[in-house]
Amino acid sequence: MIETQNLTKKFGELTAVDGVSLKVEEGEVFGFLGPNGAGKTTTVRMLCCLISKTSGEARIADYDVGKDSDSLKIRKLIGLVPDSVGLYDDLTAYDNLEFYGKLYGCTEAQRRENIERFLKMLGLWDKKDVTAGTFSKGMKQKLAIARALIHDPRVLFMDEPTVNLDPESAKTVRDFILELKKEKKTVFLNTHNLDEAQRICDRIAILNTKLMAIGTAEELERSVRGRQTVVQLSSVSEAIMGALGRLTTAKVTRDGNSITVDVADPEKENPAIVRAIVGAGGDVQSVSVTTSTLEDAYLKLVKETQ
Amino acid sequence: MNLAKSWIVAAKDLRSFVRKRTVLYTVVVLPLMLSVLFPLVVEVSKRKGNGIPAASLPHLLDSFAFFFVIIPAIVPTPIASYSIVGEKIEKSLEPLLATPTTDGEILLGKYLAAFLPAIIATYAGAAIYMTLMDSVTYGTLGYLYYPNSAFALILFVLAPVSATISVEVSVIASSRVNDVRSASQLGGVMYLPFLGIYLAGEIGLFSLDTNNLLIIAGVLLVVALALFRASTATFRREEILTKWR
Repeated sequence: MIETQNLTKKFGELTAVDGVSLKVEEGEVFGFLGPNGAGKTTTVRMLCCLISKTSGEARIADYDVGKDSDSLKIRKLIGLVPDSVGLYDDLTAYDNLEFYGKLYGCTEAQRRENIERFLKMLGLWDKKDVTAGTFSKGMKQKLAIARALIHDPRVLFMDEPTVNLDPESAKTVRDFILELKKEKKTVFLNTHNLDEAQRICDRIAILNTKLMAIGTAEELERSVRGRQTVVQLSSVSEAIMGALGRLTTAKVTRDGNSITVDVADPEKENPAIVRAIVGAGGDVQSVSVTTSTLEDAYLKLVKETQ
Repeated sequence: MNLAKSWIVAAKDLRSFVRKRTVLYTVVVLPLMLSVLFPLVVEVSKRKGNGIPAASLPHLLDSFAFFFVIIPAIVPTPIASYSIVGEKIEKSLEPLLATPTTDGEILLGKYLAAFLPAIIATYAGAAIYMTLMDSVTYGTLGYLYYPNSAFALILFVLAPVSATISVEVSVIASSRVNDVRSASQLGGVMYLPFLGIYLAGEIGLFSLDTNNLLIIAGVLLVVALALFRASTATFRREEILTKWR
């Protein structure tokens, strides 16, 4: 659905996005993670045909981003929730959506149906005749999402949709994104909320001007380091370390009275590790398995580029 | 260019302006006030003395008529400023630009939203002015002074061009400031040259007859075309999203 090849954007001497290549499948919720200034918004703006690319290729559906004749066609099949909601405060919720519905060329019947459907889905139907300026941040964000969906787009770009929202509103937005996924909509989600990305995204890309990594949350976590078994003992002897050395070629480290062993498959390897330790006279107090987190992966990758 | 889309943008803006009292006052009060004030001046001078002599009236009426070039230069400024700076403040330009609408269609919508009220207010004011002025000068002149060719030139050429220039200046001003008042003040500066022309006519440097009005119209058309190029160059989506502050 979305494909980029060496997508690059320069503002004068400054390179905002540097050679980004990625592919997003139809119906996928794709998370775009990165620190402030990483180029996330610039990438979305290029893909939404709002700003030009400096070099590289990008396609949405079968249309070329950057080709004038395709620009309006792309904008018809995408919806954008920008980082600032950008509603018309003096218009009612209904009129805000009606205005955009008209600009997207929806018929009166389509507008009526979609406005009712999305306002009801987002819990704003009762407020349809209230001016948007009186809405809370959460309500405005929901209205901005409804606005981006008014023409039933195939692809939805969302730039930090839950930033500054209270936990309840943020959850409503996240649940709604998952509802969209059920409807096979492609969602391109800019965020620096790692927990959010992990919870709702099928795949995640980490950007820091350059694309640092791409994969499922699990794949990214494992890219930092594998899983480890941590055994807590009453005391650690040389005999125990020797027994583990004979058992595995994996990295074994000692930290006070605990031993950490790199493992590929903890369920298979842990019984043998415990047997070896007990056999060498060890007194096992606890066994736990740790993995690196998405946060570890994110911080490591972002640090590499700083 | 899809004119229907421009009209959707204009209609939305027009609905917003109706709710803004300050804008509404500028559109309604100024033309109404001037169209009543000038006939009132003539009538009061008639009642308090001998009145303005018939020989001086045409020159005075031509000068008064030039205000119908100044009105459309003043009226669109707050509307265009609200229209564009308002979108900047509300940060609503990005979602608007993300719709399948061209920059030209959006800009034309903004132009229409500022231009139409100005022209309608000018024409309504002119109708009142002509009716009242004819009624107070008929006794002195012995004929109806309005409508005439010079006033037709003012209403159908100079007023639309003047309103267009005003909108163009406001678009350019709006790209450089972040509050409506500053944009209105910057845009407002543009009616000073018109005021200068009026004063030059008033003190007799030249007369505001049909021939001179045609020359002024030609100059204004050139200015309008130059400003059109500048304003369309300013109102480009990449420019708006990356350079407008």
